[in-house]
Amino acid sequence: MSISPERETRELRLQQIRRDAELRATSISELPSSSQVDTRPSNGHGALQDFEPAASASPQTGYYGMPLLKTPSWTWEVPIYFFVGGAAGASAMLASVGKLTRADQRMIRDARWLAAIGAALSPPLLISDLGFPKRFLNMLRVFKVQSPMSVGSWTLVSFSSAAAASAVLGELERRHVLPRIPVLTDVAEIGAALTGLVLATYTGVLVGATAIPVWNAKVSLIPIHFATSGLSTAVSVLELRGHTSSALNKIGIGATVVETAIGASLELGKKPATEPLHHGPTGWTMRVAGLLSGPVPLALRLLSLTSSSRSSRSDKLRKAAAISSIAGSLITRWAWVYAGRASSKDPKVPLQLPGPPRPDAKQIPQDR
Amino acid sequence: MSVTAFLTDSTLCIGCKACEVACKEWNQVPADGFDFRALSYDNTGSLGHSTWRHVKFVENWALPGFGGNASEVFSWGFSSDVCKHCANAGCLEACPTGAIVRTEFGGVYIQPDVCNGCGYCVVCCPFGVVERRPDDGRAFKCTFCYDRQKEGLKPACATACPTESIKFGEIEHLRETARERVRDLEGKGFDDVNLYDPTDTSVGGIHAFFIVRGDPKTYNLPPKPEVPTTYLKKGWMSAGIAAAAMVAGAFLAFTGSSDQ
Repeated sequence: MSISPERETRELRLQQIRRDAELRATSISELPSSSQVDTRPSNGHGALQDFEPAASASPQTGYYGMPLLKTPSWTWEVPIYFFVGGAAGASAMLASVGKLTRADQRMIRDARWLAAIGAALSPPLLISDLGFPKRFLNMLRVFKVQSPMSVGSWTLVSFSSAAAASAVLGELERRHVLPRIPVLTDVAEIGAALTGLVLATYTGVLVGATAIPVWNAKVSLIPIHFATSGLSTAVSVLELRGHTSSALNKIGIGATVVETAIGASLELGKKPATEPLHHGPTGWTMRVAGLLSGPVPLALRLLSLTSSSRSSRSDKLRKAAAISSIAGSLITRWAWVYAGRASSKDPKVPLQLPGPPRPDAKQIPQDR
Repeated sequence: MSVTAFLTDSTLCIGCKACEVACKEWNQVPADGFDFRALSYDNTGSLGHSTWRHVKFVENWALPGFGGNASEVFSWGFSSDVCKHCANAGCLEACPTGAIVRTEFGGVYIQPDVCNGCGYCVVCCPFGVVERRPDDGRAFKCTFCYDRQKEGLKPACATACPTESIKFGEIEHLRETARERVRDLEGKGFDDVNLYDPTDTSVGGIHAFFIVRGDPKTYNLPPKPEVPTTYLKKGWMSAGIAAAAMVAGAFLAFTGSSDQ
């Protein structure tokens, strides 16, 4: 094989780098001794990034306490997408089940539209988070069952099509623009419900099946947490739209009971990997999310049962519960992403290190 | 085509950073700034989107008998870190676009013309190697000099290493070389030499192993790296239960209410 002159120059350059390194290595005796130069950080200084450097590299601290994993590069769009996609997916399911059980037509119509609007908002959110948005269609180059990101992309595409079709067809029929086409409507409706169920839950698998300790430690819980949160939001939005059937309140009560249990289990189940759920700003964010999604709306919903279902007091209590649930649900997604970021910066779990939450310069003995 | 690997022998490393320079020059990787980190002579910190070889500097007190250091001079541990090119690679499994592929040399390669910067590989690497380059948007890491290997050349870092601390060759041959080297060092009285090659975890071994003195944790090498696909079963099971419970709950609520 003939090598181009340019290529040869580049090859020679590698040799030159090697010779330079050899030459410099011979002057190693000129290295300053430790008494002349102290390269170690003094306490409280040298913390240039948001981690506290350890005084040394050792089996107890890892490499100067530096993060081992990379911090998720996901931006604000991702937790919002988890929220919107979860609510839309659950809403499509509600529309479908509502239709099968002959629930109120107006409620079904609103649930379909909620699904369709969420389906329309989700792709822009995901695409704007990409580092190279122009290539978003590359997501559909392959289908990889072992990649939740791939499964999710295909699910979102299917859901968006089905949810939009279901809402539009329903509307055209209602306005008698089109004659009823049962097969098409039903396929769209059921398709939206099935893909919606995947959409509302896969995001939990997406974060759970990663190298981030706090996420993979809770991989069995996050899909349930996200699904419950999505269902709560869907019910709450429908209630705020004026649908006050007791069925919706029952689903709301069920979801908030599950949320309360999840909150309690997160609070009680402590292990090194879940530390961001208990300490610091990430811990408080998760607690606020838990209270707003669980006990607060649950209490309000139970209170609403004490007065007659058509009374304005009951209505106000349910609307307050709905607002609390929606806020809690949004903060929940954000809290999980926030906790993952904190978790990625702590080398303690991947290195199986003992001791304090973060390697702290002040606590590491200087003499060994 | 045979499967190739790196053996980085930190007992031979002099911390010259020729590998870092050679890698940057050959692969035309952009500069990633100069931050004074006050962590020994290391101002790079870790592998990243624009650092595909990274020399770690570990300062020990003078160890009598080894290296002939005077008592007031640090005894140095240098180790040149690199992408591990895992046998079961988290980044490769996670990539939704198929941009990350396994090459004919067994390396893990990101095709820059396919990557759309979704960032999922970043959170799926158990070694914290892959990273998204902010001004570009795509994910980058060591290519194992795929272009050079195709022409039968050694990767740039191994070519430039003046002490042959970075060895490159056929994987099983190199594993044997590594074992011999450890035995050899132990024969000379180095009783703290370790070969870092986690074959007993779900990553199933790596294509870039390391000989280090002392605990590999000192160099931020995780004792039990796991490929994140091991969590999929639990995750999808939970998703299935959640979906079924949602449908069942909705059915019960709608059928059990007089005023739907």
